[in-house]
Amino acid sequence: MNQADSGCVEIAFREVSKRYEGRPEAAVNRLSFEVPPGEICVLIGPSGCGKTTALKMVNRLIAITDGDITIDGRSVNALEVTQLRRGIGYVFQQIGLFPHMSVEANIGSVPRLLGWSKQRIRARAAELLSLVGLDPDADLRRYPGEFSGGQQQRIGVARAMAVDPPIMLMDEPFGAIDPITRERLQDDFLRLHREVRKTIIFVTHDIDEAIKMGDRIAIMRDGQLVQYATSDELLASPANDFVASFVGADRGLKRLRVWTLRDLTLDPAPPAGGDSLPSVEVGRSLRDALSLLLTEGAGQLTVTEAGKPIGTVTLEAITSAVAQDRNTAAA
Amino acid sequence: MISGLITPAAGGPVIPTFGKSSTCVVQNHQFCMSWFLDNFSSRFQPRLLEHIELTAIAVGVGMVIAFAAALLAHTQSWFETPFSLLAAFFYTIPALAFFEVMVQVTGINRLTAEIALVSYTLLILFRNTLTGLRAVPDDALQAAEAMGLTRRQTLTRVELPLALPPIMAGIRIATVTTISLTTVAAYIGAGGLGEPIFDGIQTGFKTEFVAAGFLAVALALVADGLLVIVQRLLTPWARRVRRA
Repeated sequence: MNQADSGCVEIAFREVSKRYEGRPEAAVNRLSFEVPPGEICVLIGPSGCGKTTALKMVNRLIAITDGDITIDGRSVNALEVTQLRRGIGYVFQQIGLFPHMSVEANIGSVPRLLGWSKQRIRARAAELLSLVGLDPDADLRRYPGEFSGGQQQRIGVARAMAVDPPIMLMDEPFGAIDPITRERLQDDFLRLHREVRKTIIFVTHDIDEAIKMGDRIAIMRDGQLVQYATSDELLASPANDFVASFVGADRGLKRLRVWTLRDLTLDPAPPAGGDSLPSVEVGRSLRDALSLLLTEGAGQLTVTEAGKPIGTVTLEAITSAVAQDRNTAAA
Repeated sequence: MISGLITPAAGGPVIPTFGKSSTCVVQNHQFCMSWFLDNFSSRFQPRLLEHIELTAIAVGVGMVIAFAAALLAHTQSWFETPFSLLAAFFYTIPALAFFEVMVQVTGINRLTAEIALVSYTLLILFRNTLTGLRAVPDDALQAAEAMGLTRRQTLTRVELPLALPPIMAGIRIATVTTISLTTVAAYIGAGGLGEPIFDGIQTGFKTEFVAAGFLAVALALVADGLLVIVQRLLTPWARRVRRA
């Protein structure tokens, strides 16, 4: 599903621990996992599980006590800390735009440190603004205080991507944004990620966001990794009761969201008269298809690609696709 | 000794007869415009310039000291209390007493006046600078750190610009206060607009001290206005905030 771009890198946690003095329990305990190049890895778990601590050890905002984190095999401790950080995009919930700098200067912060010319910074800032859905002509000279929270986080994302770093760390980036705007930001970010592949570690406490954003999900509890799997695996076969309850009793339904109609073997398209069936685009999720079946009261949908029917799908086809889920759900 | 200077001359006003005197001057009205205009360049302008110089030096030197102290207190918080106490102590000493004491140490000259004037600016400038540095939003500092700015880059590119509004507010207060206080510095021969004020009081010639007092007030207003303009130019972002 995810082809690695040549510019992408792998991040690996190797037995990484963080202990604070005077506290018996490790905040992060022997964490080991790998994020393949170009993938989004979501760290999720209840508050205090160590997910943000794990994230912040990648760019050394928090020092590693034991173990190592490597980027393409190279320890994060091998680089000078400011050097390391300038090469890693960082987006966090509080956004942290510099209120005294124009949008252009905000985006240009790291490029300026790296000695880019004014023209190059301006061109890059304009390019990034349109990439995140803002208007370069009007918005470059404005100040962060003139934008809404959602727009500010778009600028935050643009700033983090300024020098096109191969890695982005995102600490609950959309956590403080209203649900509707959050959905839109998530969609836009996924689209952006398809265009500009980066290896991303994304922290959230929202399982729906995790399933939506993550190629892989790492569930943590008390500083330890409980399960590391793709969204689909996680929903289909939770490793234990903790994971099962964390992903929710409706994980069968959630799984419908992970799958698109493309993942099903479609029945052949009806030769004619298919027009009378409700139709759905092949790129939509099974959840959307099921919803349409329910609202239309139909037994069958025409699946279209670019408006042309390519097959049909039935309720049975959808339920059998998630059938393997049933056995584990009863447990 | 010197204190005798400010007692108005006994036995009625001594009217100076600078050549041909107008009725206004002879009758010692509250304010004689024509005399003021005739004498502005010779009697007031040099004093006004001295006054500006005294004030600028006092605020400038005060800012350098207060700024260094605030930077130190920003990183070494133990330093805040002793410096605050010292600055507050200076601030509360009655000005005339302070001048009188300092004269015994450094003599009757401008240095003495400046030492006292600088001391008075420290409290406001130190407090405002430190408040400004501390009010820098935490998220901006976090972003700076995560983006790989060094400590020094964070200070010069993020903390100081963001601390500017309170710092400028401090400079405005300090400037206006110092302009007013500098008139008293004439008491120890430092010059400035205090000279014609003391002189006018001594001779009882009203126009002289009214004019000098007016000039001091006008100077304070103009200085404050200029500083507001400077502040707006330096912090264009401060007023451009989205209204909810």
